[in-house]
Amino acid sequence: MENENRQFTVSIYTENNIGLLNRISAIFQRRHMNIESLNTSPSEIEGVSRFTIVVNITEAQMKKIQGQIEKQVEVIKAYYHTEDEIIYQESCLFKIKSELLFDERQIQNIIRESNARIVTVNKEFFVLEKSGRKEEIDLLYRELNVFGIMQFTRSGRVAVTKDKMKISTLLEAFQD
Amino acid sequence: MEVKTEQNNPKKTSTTERISGSEAIIKCLLAEGVDILYGYPGGAIMPVYDELYKYQDKIHHVLTRHEQGATHSAQGYARISGKVGVCIATSGPGATNLVTGIADAQIDSTPMVCITGQVGSHLLGSDAFQETDIVGISTPVTKWNCQITKASQIPEMLAKAFYIAKSGRPGPVLVDITKDAQFEEFDFEYKKCKGVRSYKPVPDTDENSLKAAAELINNAKQPLIVWGQGVILGKAEEEFKAVIEKAGIPSAWTILGASAIPTSHPLNVGMVGMHGNYAPNVLTNQCDVLIAIGMRFDDRVTGNLASYAKQAKVIHFDIDPAEIDKNVKTDVAVLGDSKASLKNLLPLLNPNSHKEWHQKFKDLYKIEYEKVIKNDLHPTKEGITMAEVLKEINIQTKGDAAIVSDVGQHQMIACRYAEFNKSKSNITSGGLGTMGFALPAAIGAKMAAPNREVVMIAGDGGYQMTIQELGTIFQQKVPVKIVVLNNEFLGMVRQWQQLFFDKRYASTEMTNPDFVAIAKGYHIEAQKVTERKDLKAAVKEMIDCEGPYFLEVRVEKEGNVFPMIPTGASVSDIRLE
Ligand SMILES: Cc1ncc(C[n+]2csc(CCOP(=O)(O)OP(=O)(O)O)c2C)c(N)n1
Ligand SMILES: [Mg+2]
Repeated sequence: MENENRQFTVSIYTENNIGLLNRISAIFQRRHMNIESLNTSPSEIEGVSRFTIVVNITEAQMKKIQGQIEKQVEVIKAYYHTEDEIIYQESCLFKIKSELLFDERQIQNIIRESNARIVTVNKEFFVLEKSGRKEEIDLLYRELNVFGIMQFTRSGRVAVTKDKMKISTLLEAFQD
Repeated sequence: MEVKTEQNNPKKTSTTERISGSEAIIKCLLAEGVDILYGYPGGAIMPVYDELYKYQDKIHHVLTRHEQGATHSAQGYARISGKVGVCIATSGPGATNLVTGIADAQIDSTPMVCITGQVGSHLLGSDAFQETDIVGISTPVTKWNCQITKASQIPEMLAKAFYIAKSGRPGPVLVDITKDAQFEEFDFEYKKCKGVRSYKPVPDTDENSLKAAAELINNAKQPLIVWGQGVILGKAEEEFKAVIEKAGIPSAWTILGASAIPTSHPLNVGMVGMHGNYAPNVLTNQCDVLIAIGMRFDDRVTGNLASYAKQAKVIHFDIDPAEIDKNVKTDVAVLGDSKASLKNLLPLLNPNSHKEWHQKFKDLYKIEYEKVIKNDLHPTKEGITMAEVLKEINIQTKGDAAIVSDVGQHQMIACRYAEFNKSKSNITSGGLGTMGFALPAAIGAKMAAPNREVVMIAGDGGYQMTIQELGTIFQQKVPVKIVVLNNEFLGMVRQWQQLFFDKRYASTEMTNPDFVAIAKGYHIEAQKVTERKDLKAAVKEMIDCEGPYFLEVRVEKEGNVFPMIPTGASVSDIRLE
C-alpha cells in the first residue's frame, strides 16, 4: 500500500505570503512529482490561506512531502487525505455558440440532466458552469464536445475534510 | 546621485526615532549583536554602506574580494562561534554571487543573514540595471527570504530574519531591500522577534519516545552511536558526553559532527561515511541498535541504503521532523532539541561498558592502521603524504587549532587525521562540497575567534577558486594559517578517474602558478616545502608566525584516500585499498 501510487489531496494552511507558492511547488518539482491541480484561497481563519493540491504519489512519498512542506517557515500545517476522507468539488466553464442552444435540442437536455447552470447568454455565445466531481465534469465535456466547444476551463480541486482540522487550536498553541 | 542628509530633524519620541531605512538596517544589526559583517558594495546598497561608514566604530564591515567570499566568511564566523553570520551585497551580480554560499549554509544548517540591495521599487520587474529576482533565485536555498519595499518593514523583517536563521534547525535567510526603502525615513523602533506564528522551531519531545529509546539502548548488546552537527548546533556536547560515557557506547561522527567530543576520547571510534574509518562503517552493519543523533543519513554517510544497518533497530534524535524516515526508516524517533533530549535521556540509561563490542572496533582499527593509517602517517616512500602534514599540524598546535578545510582529498585527510580538543573546530563544507569554501571561511573563523589558532587546509584546485581573498587577509590583517596541499591535480576527481574511469585523467591535471609568489604579492609571509625533512620546521615557522602565513606543501601527486566506500556499495563493503 505504502508503495503504490494513490491520489492524495493535500491541504496546507499558510500565512499569506507571495513567495510561498514557489517554495511549495518547488518541493514537488524537485522530486519530479506532477501536481494534478492546485488551488489557493482564503481559509476559515482570517489572514490564513489554504492550498489544496492534488497529487498521485505513494503514501511513503506523501509523508516525506508533508514533512518538507511543514518545514517551510510560513506553513502552519499540512494534511493529506485520500478520496474517501474528503468532500471535494471542481468547477468548470464552457463557452458555446448560442445558436446551438436553440438548434440542438439535445443540449438543453444535457444541461438539465447534468445540473449545469447557464451563467450568461448573448447573441453569440452562452456560458455554462458546472461544479462537481472530476468524472461528472469529464462526462459533460464529452457530451458537449460533440457539438463544439469554443472554450473550456476547469478549476483546481477544492476540498473540505470529513474530520476536524483543528487549525485554530494549533494557532493558539503556536502563540504561547 | 541623491545624497541624503538626515542629521537635522530628529523628531524623537520616547520609543521611536525618525531615521532612514538604511540607518535602521545598521541599528537592527547592532540590536542583534552583530559586530562584524562581510560584504561588497554597489549601486543598490550604497545607502547602507554610507551608514556603515558613519557607524564604523560600532560595526566592522569586512570588504571581501568577491561576494562568494563574503558568504563563506560569514559561514566560518557562524560555525566557530555559534552566532549568526552576516553578509551584504548589492543587487544583480552582487546578489547572485551569494548563491553558492547560501546553498552551502542551507545544506549545512549554518545560521546566516544575507542582506541584498535591490533596484528601486518602481523599477521592479522592468529589467532595470542590475535587477535580478534574487528572492526567486534564492528561494530553494534559503530557510526563509523576503523582499522589503518600505522602510517601515525593515525592523520587523530583520528581527524575523535573525530569529529564523538561528532558531530551531538553523539556516540562511535572505532579505532583499529596495533602494527607495533604504532612503525612506520612518519612525524606527526595534523589537526582537520572539516567535513566528506558523513556525515551531523546536518540536515537542514525546516522553514515551525517550523511554522507548532508553529501553532499546539499555537492552542493546552492540549499540552504535552516529552523531552529527546537531550535537554542536544544540550546544549539547556535555550532555552527549555524559550519555555515551554512562552507557559506554562506541560513538562515530559525520564530518560535520567532528570535534563535538575530543578526538582522543576513548569512546570516539572515528568517522563514518565514504572515506570514514573502517570500524564504524563495517560495524554499522553489525550493531543491534543504531542511535543517530543530530545527523541526517546523508548518502555520503550511508552508502547504499538498501544494505545500510538493516539488522539494527534505529533510533533517531533530531530537531527537524522532516528528517525522520527521510532516508532511513526509524524504529524510535525522538524529536526535539539535542541538549534537552540527551539531558532527559541520561537518567533513563543503565550504566554499561560493552567491553567485547568495543574490542571489535579495536580489532578493525588495527586492520585499518596496518593497511592505511601507517602508510599515511609514516610513509616509507619518497613523496610527502597529506596525512603527514596534518600530523605535524596536530603536534605543533597540540590539537587546539580549528581546522578549516576545503573540498577534495585533502579535506577527507584533514577530517580523518586532524586532532581536536575543542568543539566547533572542524569547519568544512559538508553537504554541498563547495570548493573555494576554506580560505574565506578561515577568515571568518579567525575573526570570530581571534584567540584560536585557525589553520586552513586546501588543495591546489579549490584554493584557486577563492584565492582572491588573500586580499582580504592582507587588508584586514587576519592571522590565518594557510596550507595548500599541492598535488598538481584535482586529486579527488583524479582518484575516481583512476579507480572507475581507467585512469583517463580528463581535465584534472593542473599547471599551477607560483603560489608563494602570489602570497608574497599580497605581503603574506610564505614558504614552499618539497621535502619531508623540511616539513617540521616549516610548520613550526607557520605556527610561530604572528601574522598570516602561507605554506605550500608539495605532496605525492597520485596519492589516494582510503578507506573508501565506492558509490552504490554498502558501508560494510568499504575498501581498504
Ligand atoms: C565548486 C566545485 N566544483 C567542482 C567540484 C568537484 N570536485 C570535488 S573535489 C575536486 C577536486 C579538488 O581538487 P583540489 O582542490 O586540488 O583538492 P585535492 O582533491 O587535490 O586535495 C573537484 C573538482 C566541487 N566539489 N566544487
Ligand atoms: Mg589537488
